[in-house]
Amino acid sequence: MNEILEALVKYAAILAFMLGVVAPVMVWVERRGMALIQDRRGPNRVGPFGLLQPLADAFKFIFKEEIIPAQADKVLYLAAPALALVPALTTFTVVPFGPTFNYAGKEIKLVVIDSDIGALMFLALAGLGVYSLICAGYGSYNKYSLLGSLRASAQLISYELSMGFAILAILVSTASFNLLDVIDYQNSMWNIVYQPLGFLVFLVTAFAETNRVPFDLPESESELVAGFNTEYGAMKFALFFMGEYVNMTTLSLLLAVLYLGGWQLYPGWTPPEGIVGAIIGVLITLAKVIFMMWLFVWVRFTLPRFRYDQLMKLGWKVLLPLSITNLVIVTILVNKGIL
Amino acid sequence: MVEYLPIIIGVGLAFIVAGIIMLISWLMGPKRPYRTKLTPYESGMPILDASRKRIPVAFFLIALDFVVFDVESAFLFPWALTVRNSGTTEFISGITFIVVAVVVGYLYVYLKGGFDIYKGNSENVK
Repeated sequence: MNEILEALVKYAAILAFMLGVVAPVMVWVERRGMALIQDRRGPNRVGPFGLLQPLADAFKFIFKEEIIPAQADKVLYLAAPALALVPALTTFTVVPFGPTFNYAGKEIKLVVIDSDIGALMFLALAGLGVYSLICAGYGSYNKYSLLGSLRASAQLISYELSMGFAILAILVSTASFNLLDVIDYQNSMWNIVYQPLGFLVFLVTAFAETNRVPFDLPESESELVAGFNTEYGAMKFALFFMGEYVNMTTLSLLLAVLYLGGWQLYPGWTPPEGIVGAIIGVLITLAKVIFMMWLFVWVRFTLPRFRYDQLMKLGWKVLLPLSITNLVIVTILVNKGIL
Repeated sequence: MVEYLPIIIGVGLAFIVAGIIMLISWLMGPKRPYRTKLTPYESGMPILDASRKRIPVAFFLIALDFVVFDVESAFLFPWALTVRNSGTTEFISGITFIVVAVVVGYLYVYLKGGFDIYKGNSENVK
């Protein structure tokens, strides 16, 4: 019973952090970062440095009129924003974010679910994101939405495959599905050095899985208005974006755990035992996550969008062979005892 | 099993949070619907025809490709755990599976044009 309570406390803490801190701050960072890169000012009126802009946005969303298109399939249409939150609110449970420490004679692991199939759980839960897109596109009875959702689901399943193979290579070298073991394994050297190809594939698929530029074809505003969320206004629209930002954070965290050694400052340096060390570890992880999040923003305003056939070509003809090659190389190296 | 409770709570919470937020917004916002406002958005033009179109067959092709390779990767997951602590036989059988099933299968689909989605214009989708 005690373990369940502990897990629930950890879950609530991360959830509050994700929805209360990460999502609003990311909205602000994205808009100010965009302004910085495009040599503009960005939102700077509401509060100091425009920091209260997300709050103002939320209030505006709440007081907007909620419209349900007359011909929409109401169940699917209203379920889609909720379904968009499902992977966002579940995937982070299996990813560790800090070192294990002892407190009051009790070993506390900084991961909500210390699962022996953590990597598999992540892939399974992340895969659920497709349903929301399909429901949104089919439910809203709009040509743009339908096209956007078809593109989005095709893109998600194509890139999910390469991501799966990239994670598979990590699992081959670690010989465990538990993400805590993956970090322990990186004590000698981080996986980014051992598997640069895998890191590259994972990074690209992470952008594709979160529908971020240059892979934001599902919502490409110049051709599809807003893609699958064309018919969504007010808070329903905000829910999609909340889901997207939380997913981005989880993927950044997973990237830090799988390839950048989690809470190691440099390969082999783990924070000291005890609660202080745990806090340092969490901060180091956070620094890596913040860097990855900034990369998401940076890329968004630097690169142009792909054409749809280029996107599919990249997914099937470049990333998939690369990820399989990476898997074969890692397997051979592990068997020869080099890795 | 009980340690996976947070995931079930997360799924429930997603629906509850979304429901509450949409309800608040529904209660606070104005409600002035009229016929044109509730029609699907088509760049401001009058609606031409039904919005549920037939789905291009290219997407079906992608789905097929996905199923094939996803099942193959599902076979590889349990094998991945054993590579480090196993001998030459298991290693060779695993590599053989990757080469025969994944690589040869990939080349076959590639040569058949299974990945050529939207080649040139939309007419020559195989």
